Formats: sequence, C-alpha cells, structure tokens
Amino acid sequence: MTNASFMTRETIVNTALALLLLGFPLAAQAMGEPFYITLATRIAILALAAVGLNIALGLGGLVSFGHAAFFGLGGYAAGILATHAFDGVPLFAGIPGTASMPIIWLVAVMVCGLIALPIGAISLRTTGVYFIMITLAFAQMIYYFAVSWPAYGGEDGLSIYVRNEFPGVNTAQPLSYFLICYAVLMAALGLFWLLRGSRFGAALQAARQNATRLSAVGIAPFNIRLVAFALSAMVTGVAGALFADLNKFVSPSMLSWHMSGELIVLIILGGKGRLFGPVAGAMLYVLFEFALGGITERWQFFLGLILLGVVLFARGGLLGLLAGKARHG
Amino acid sequence: MSIALLLEQLLNGLQLGVMLFLMAAGLTLIFGVMGLINLAHGSLYMIGAFACAAVAAATGSFWIGLAASLVAAAAAGAIIEVTVIRRLYDRDHLDQVLATFALILIFSEGTRWLFGSFPLYLDIPPLLQGAVPLPGGGQYQLYRLAIIGVGVVVALGLYVLISRTRLGMRIRAGESDREMIAALGVDIRTLYTVVFALGAALAGLAGALVGALQSVQVGMGEPALILAFVVIVIGGIGSIKGALFGAILVGVVDTMGRFLLPKALALMIPAAQAGPIGAALASMLIYIVMALILAFRPSGLFATQS
Repeated sequence: MTNASFMTRETIVNTALALLLLGFPLAAQAMGEPFYITLATRIAILALAAVGLNIALGLGGLVSFGHAAFFGLGGYAAGILATHAFDGVPLFAGIPGTASMPIIWLVAVMVCGLIALPIGAISLRTTGVYFIMITLAFAQMIYYFAVSWPAYGGEDGLSIYVRNEFPGVNTAQPLSYFLICYAVLMAALGLFWLLRGSRFGAALQAARQNATRLSAVGIAPFNIRLVAFALSAMVTGVAGALFADLNKFVSPSMLSWHMSGELIVLIILGGKGRLFGPVAGAMLYVLFEFALGGITERWQFFLGLILLGVVLFARGGLLGLLAGKARHG
Repeated sequence: MSIALLLEQLLNGLQLGVMLFLMAAGLTLIFGVMGLINLAHGSLYMIGAFACAAVAAATGSFWIGLAASLVAAAAAGAIIEVTVIRRLYDRDHLDQVLATFALILIFSEGTRWLFGSFPLYLDIPPLLQGAVPLPGGGQYQLYRLAIIGVGVVVALGLYVLISRTRLGMRIRAGESDREMIAALGVDIRTLYTVVFALGAALAGLAGALVGALQSVQVGMGEPALILAFVVIVIGGIGSIKGALFGAILVGVVDTMGRFLLPKALALMIPAAQAGPIGAALASMLIYIVMALILAFRPSGLFATQS
C-alpha cells in the first residue's frame, strides 16, 4: 500500500511539527526568554486562522481573499466585550461585556458564522476570479466600516487593558497563554481532521473536484460550500479573538486585505489542503519575518522574492517537500 | 444645499469614475485576453505616480513627467510579464493571486527603498490651474475637468483600437480562441506582452493624473486596485464597456453617498449621530451596490460569453 506509507510519513512529520511548536516555548521558558514564547504564540494563532481558511480553500477549493474579515471580527469581539467589561458599561439592552475567554470565543464564532452566511450566500453564486474579488470586496467593506465607525476607536484601534481571563489559568503569563492557544490550535486541527474524513468532507472535496457529478448524486454543492465557508470563518474568528488578546490591541489592520493575503500565503507555504500545512506555513512565515526582519528592515522585499520563488518553482509547500505529494483526497 | 454644490459633487464622482476606468480597463483587458488576475496592477499605478512626480521634480515639467509615467509603467509591465506573469497563464487563479501578491510586496518595499517613506508631491501644471464657473454660481477645478476629458479620450481610443485596428482584431481573437490565433501565425507571446504593457500604461497614467490631486506614496495603489476590482466585477470581467459603466457607477455612487447620506440621515436622527453613521454607511455603499448587482447578475452587468 503506497498510500499507507505516505500517511505514515506525513503523520511522522505532523507529530514532529506539533512537538516542535510545543517544545520551543517550553525551552524558551527554561532559558528565561519570554520573547520567544510570544513568537511561538503568534505562530499558533496564525496557524489557527489558516486552519480555518484551509477548510474553505484547501478542502473546498474556495479561494477566499477576504478571511481577514473574520479574523478581524473575532478580534473586535474580544476587544469590544473586554472594553465593556472593563468600563462596566452594558453593551446594549443591558447585556454586560465580559472578560471571559470562552464566552468571547463563543461570541466570535457566532458573529463570524452569522456574517459568513450572507457573504457566502452571495459570493458562492460566483466562481473563480469573481469569488476571489467578491470575498475581497466584502472584507474591504467591513474594513472601511471599522475605520469610519468611531465608537470603538475607528482608525486608531482599541486597546485591551488587561488580557481576558480563562478559568483556572493565569493568562498574563506568556507560557500559560501559549498553552491555551496551542490547545485551541490542536482542537481545530482535530476538527479539520474529523471534517476531512467525514461524509461532509467527502462531499466538500467532491464539490471541488467535480461539482456536476456531486449534483448528479443528489447533493447540492452550494449548500455544502456555504456550510464549509461558515465553518471556516468561525475557526478564523476564534484565532482573531486570541490574536487580539495576544497583542492586547485590535485595529482595522487585522481586517486589511494584506492580512487576507498573508493567510493564503501561510497555507501555500505549508501545503494547501494538508492537515498540518497551516502549522508548517505559519512557522516558516514567522521565522522569515523574524530572521529577515533582524537582518534588514526591507524584509518584505525579500519575503516577496521568496514567495514568488515558492509559487513559481516549489509547488506543494513545505509539507510537499517533507512528507511527499498530497494524496488525492 | 445648492444646485452648484450638487453639480460639483457629481463631477467629482465622474472624475473618480474616470480614474477607476483607467485602472479597470487594463485589469479587465488582461483578464479577458490572458485569463490572468493581476493584483500588482495597483503597483503599476503607483509606479506611474512616482515616475511622474520624480521626473516632474527633476525637469520642472509636468508633461515630461506624464510621458515618463506612461513609459515607466509600460516598461515595468513588460518586464514583469516577460519574467513572471508569462509563467502564470496556465496556472490556477490561486497561484496568480499569490505571485502577484508577492510582486506587490516587492514593488512596495522596492519603491520605499528608492524614494524613502515620505510622500512626494506633484503640482498641477500651470496650464490646467484655476477653475471654471459652473451653472448655478459655483466654481470647478479645471484640472479635474481635464481628467474627465482624458477619460473620454482614452475610452474612445480604446474603442477604436479594439474594434477598428489590426491589433484590436488580434486581441479579440486572442480572447475567444488562443490556439486558433496561434495556429494562424500570430505571435501570441508578443501580443500578450503588448496587451499587458498597454494595461500597465493606462494604470500608470491614472496614477500620474491622481498624483497631482493627492500625495504620491507607497500603498496608494491598493485602494484604487480594490475599487477597480469592484468595478470590473460589477461590469463583467473581460468587458471594457462594462468597465466604463461600472467605473462611472462606482465613482458617482461613492461620491454622492459620502455627500448625501449624512445629510439624509440628519433628517431622521440627531445630527451628531447622523454624521458618523452616515460616513460609515457611505463607505460601505458601493460594496452593498455590488452585492445587490451580483445577487441578480452573478457574472456582472455586461458579462462576456466566455
């Protein structure tokens, strides 16, 4: 069974990546270098956002160029709820804000799902380039709204004065906060794995490969894609909430189209549709950013060159390199 | 609110629309002929603006700067077509998005490297300074009127080029059947480079013209690029007629929305709230229009058959 041997190799690589991401901040803690813990937390959160996008892009072939919208909405959910909790001012109709992370994540998931449904319903009527541009345009719409709406900081963004709370954990400690993010990332990877193996996942991948045949067996591709788009947005939204708490700050830049582009870049660097593709991609990206940023302030120039090289010559990303070609799933 | 003010805003909308048309025409032409989505089109716009500002500052003449912007943008377009874009025609749209996203990073950071982080300024040429009277007693900037004029000339020129010349015939043939036109002995590679350089030159022209109205800085191309996307999605990707219609629609709706929405809201709710809410709504207006159009016509108003 050639497939089985590929799976083993990919599983080994995946396990190594998971352990590497966990071991790095533990080592940093032991050596008293909290900066590197923050770096690892950043990797975990960006990977989580990209795992969300990977549901739509990797499994469903839906190139959403607007996932920053959900990343930012998650961030604003955290920022707005925390601000209201901090000030003691009710949100509206007497509903109080909250500093509890689980509730914030739940709100982020619900908000992103509710907004992804209409955006998806309109965008999914189109395909190809239209879909790319429309998701981009919707994300810009939310971006401009955040910029021009003065109540929550507008262009200047919104500070979270104290990092939100998680029951039984001191979130102000870098390592504790990393472990929360890492656990959420692993849960999302589990969700992605379950989803990919499920009947729904099979239908979603069939919708990518041949929508006509999927319709012929009585499954409407539109509904499958819409659910996948919403699920994808929800996962990315949680990542946004975590990112806001990491930086203790949320601003429209989380909603900008550069962010959407970066999320796609993470997936492609790591390997599209692969379980650990986003993790590998986020590690590479943050590493590039950190290493190049240390050498030159023009690091984006070189990042562009590297990215161009990857797209033109190294298809399949890092996982394609380490774990062989993806199985056709 | 006087008629003159309304007319002025309407002309502003038209001027924005013309600028968007220059961007969108190239973008839609490149997509229609080569099937390529080019995010770096905004960078070509920025290159046009920087070339114009730098050359105008060095020579003292806006007009030499304007010519330089066309040359610089067309040259940059031809160079990236030959080195990068050419390899992307047979790739899927995801690869095209990523590669051209990488080009944006390279161009933006490269420009910052060359010119520094401070914006450049470009003066309106003496010939076009001043204002013309509007009916109803207002005044309107001559330069903005000239931009509208340039747009009309370019639209007519493109129409003649595409429908009346041999090059246009080849472009249309390339749009409908790439293999057949190659089999008939047309050098399709050169044709693609020419089309790409033409689109780039139009973007550069737009950048240079707008450069005299606002500051010339890195990142200026991105808002214009995204608006141009909205335009071609509304108009139907690949259709120049659609790009013209979509550009005017987006330009006028955006400008009039920003002008009228806060005023309209002020009639219903207290003025202190109407301002910010109206501004926030106005900034979303064109996207709402786009969503509505797509809900009924998913491939745009003037969709081409392919």
